Amino acid sequence: MTSILFFEQLLNGMQFGTMLFLMSAGLTLIFGVMGLINLAHGSFYMIGAFSAALIASLTGSFWLALLASLSGAAIAGVLIEIIIIRRLYRRDHLDQVLATFALILLLSEGVRWCFGAFPLYLDIPKNLNGTLPILDDIIYSKYRLFIIFMGLLIAIGLYILIAKTRLGIRIRAGQNDRQMISALGVDISKLYTIVFALGASLAGLAGAMIGAIQSVEVGMGEPILILAFVVIVIGGIGSIKGAFIGSILVGVTDTIGRIFLPEILKAFMEPASATSVGSSIGSMLIYILMALILIIKPSGLFGKT
Amino acid sequence: MKKFTTTLAALMILGSSSSFGDGHKVKVGMITTLSGGGSGLGIDVRDGFMLAVKGNKNISVITKDDQRKPDIAVQLADKMIQSDKVDVLTGIIWSNLAMAVVPATVNQGKFYLSPNAGPSKLAGKGCHKNYFNVAWQNDNLHEAAGGYANSAGFKNSFILAPNYPAGKDALTGYKRYFKGSLAGEIYTKLGQKDYAAEIAQIRASGADSVFFFLPGGMGIGFMKQFSQSGIKLPVVGPAFSFDQGILKAVGDAALGVKNTSQWSKDIDNDANKKFVKDFQSEYGRLPSLYASQGYDTGKLLISAMSKAKVKDMDKFRDALRKADFLSTRGKFSFDKNHHPIQDIYVREVIKEGKILTNKIVSVGLKDHSNAYVSECKM
Repeated sequence: MTSILFFEQLLNGMQFGTMLFLMSAGLTLIFGVMGLINLAHGSFYMIGAFSAALIASLTGSFWLALLASLSGAAIAGVLIEIIIIRRLYRRDHLDQVLATFALILLLSEGVRWCFGAFPLYLDIPKNLNGTLPILDDIIYSKYRLFIIFMGLLIAIGLYILIAKTRLGIRIRAGQNDRQMISALGVDISKLYTIVFALGASLAGLAGAMIGAIQSVEVGMGEPILILAFVVIVIGGIGSIKGAFIGSILVGVTDTIGRIFLPEILKAFMEPASATSVGSSIGSMLIYILMALILIIKPSGLFGKT
Repeated sequence: MKKFTTTLAALMILGSSSSFGDGHKVKVGMITTLSGGGSGLGIDVRDGFMLAVKGNKNISVITKDDQRKPDIAVQLADKMIQSDKVDVLTGIIWSNLAMAVVPATVNQGKFYLSPNAGPSKLAGKGCHKNYFNVAWQNDNLHEAAGGYANSAGFKNSFILAPNYPAGKDALTGYKRYFKGSLAGEIYTKLGQKDYAAEIAQIRASGADSVFFFLPGGMGIGFMKQFSQSGIKLPVVGPAFSFDQGILKAVGDAALGVKNTSQWSKDIDNDANKKFVKDFQSEYGRLPSLYASQGYDTGKLLISAMSKAKVKDMDKFRDALRKADFLSTRGKFSFDKNHHPIQDIYVREVIKEGKILTNKIVSVGLKDHSNAYVSECKM
């Protein structure tokens, strides 16, 4: 195992982490501000990817497609919040889980109804294709660097939004004391719609960016939703900072563990079983990480006790 | 008068139960994946099968969606056998679902015709007289890929597959025929979509070729990322990652890739030409290998029905075993363990106008059976 390979895997982990952040930021905001467990968050990831694929096939432009993923998921978010989610805020978590689970099924089958069961085509733009030499011997995919860059940019943007703007103050106030802020005359239901749409559009953007290098298909959001939940539990529910640190932690642990665990095990056992045992443990690693963190900090790294 | 009506009613009941032709009817239960990820495969198998039995009044089909979940498939099978009283079950795509459903089905005296999954367990020790596989044994296409790798002069392959039974069958199949050494062997997570970490390993491994088995959406991601990585190694794989349903989503990244398949759109025989033409006019898209497997399953069933009644199980089984139908694959027969003996082709991904599709380059393995025949005591 060379240091080059290690560094490359570190970048892969970073890239995975920043994408997870886009998913988990929305999830944690929605939970923190409105107290809503939104299982259908993965569906916005899918809606974003499908909107992007649709626009890309019509216009041929990747950048318009990214814009479409943001707006497509945001529009879907607004509609779903007004029609369905709004009625769930006062219900208990079990009702929310049931209703948003039903939403997953409805949205998945709805998308399949519109676009068919076969995966769609979405490709990265020509000028991001290929690799870029960074440092001496390390070459890395341009597009993945772009993903890391976008993820960091959005993290900074969200930080400014939450910490410095009027909307951010309201969001934080909503997190702390819902009744007080509505008593002060802030239109709480409008605020909720905005937060929900913001979360949905971030998920949609992640779906489009990842869809371009993976596949755009029905049900693509659910596997990543599970990881996003792991992230917000590790980071502390409701905390954007926690979501960011948690995402990078999960991304890097998953990537590095998956690759290097089988290599390490090969020192003790025969190659074939080392591969299969190593990859099995590798896929458990983030859950082990989660368990360890919860033992030390039961409310997550940055959660309020 | 009342007596007369009762007699009449009794006669009618008698008449209906012994009416001729009734014994020729067959009720088929199709359990396949129609929703969620991987539903493209199930839809193709169903459409191929329905095309084959279209207009046949003696076949009635009940189709149910297993959602790619073993527990649901088992429930559906129980219901179809116990309350719908089907004679034949078919349709399952995934090996883990087949392992859950097939043994119980055939032990209850029903026929199971597999249009896709062919796990090694059901070909070897777990074979059964009522189980027929119309597609292939899981290892088959990978064995042909290994054979192709030898003839292409590959000496050092990097191989990867998902960590589940069919993935292990795949790498076993490739290694059984491939004579070179392995630069690396990886089991990925089932359902994994991002292969950046694996591709970095391939780059560092010094391999001269890559073999991968990543069916459905997994393969789309791998091919796109591999071509973006700038690694210029030849890739070979089974047809599952290059079938008609997903080529469009992979795009030009797949061009020129060699893949192995028991079926291709351009196999030159009348049955296949008719199938491709009928499928296109019926559904408005090109058929995939899954569709051809569904179609052949339907044709096999019809051929057996013309020879024997399904209630006469021994005769019906013999009729199935003869495989006396015109397969889209041309020559087709069953080996002793009820798995196909057939040619496996090497295909190349090409562009026909704007549509990506496959063309046959050579015959990879001729009259190929499977490695588990001797383990099957039947």
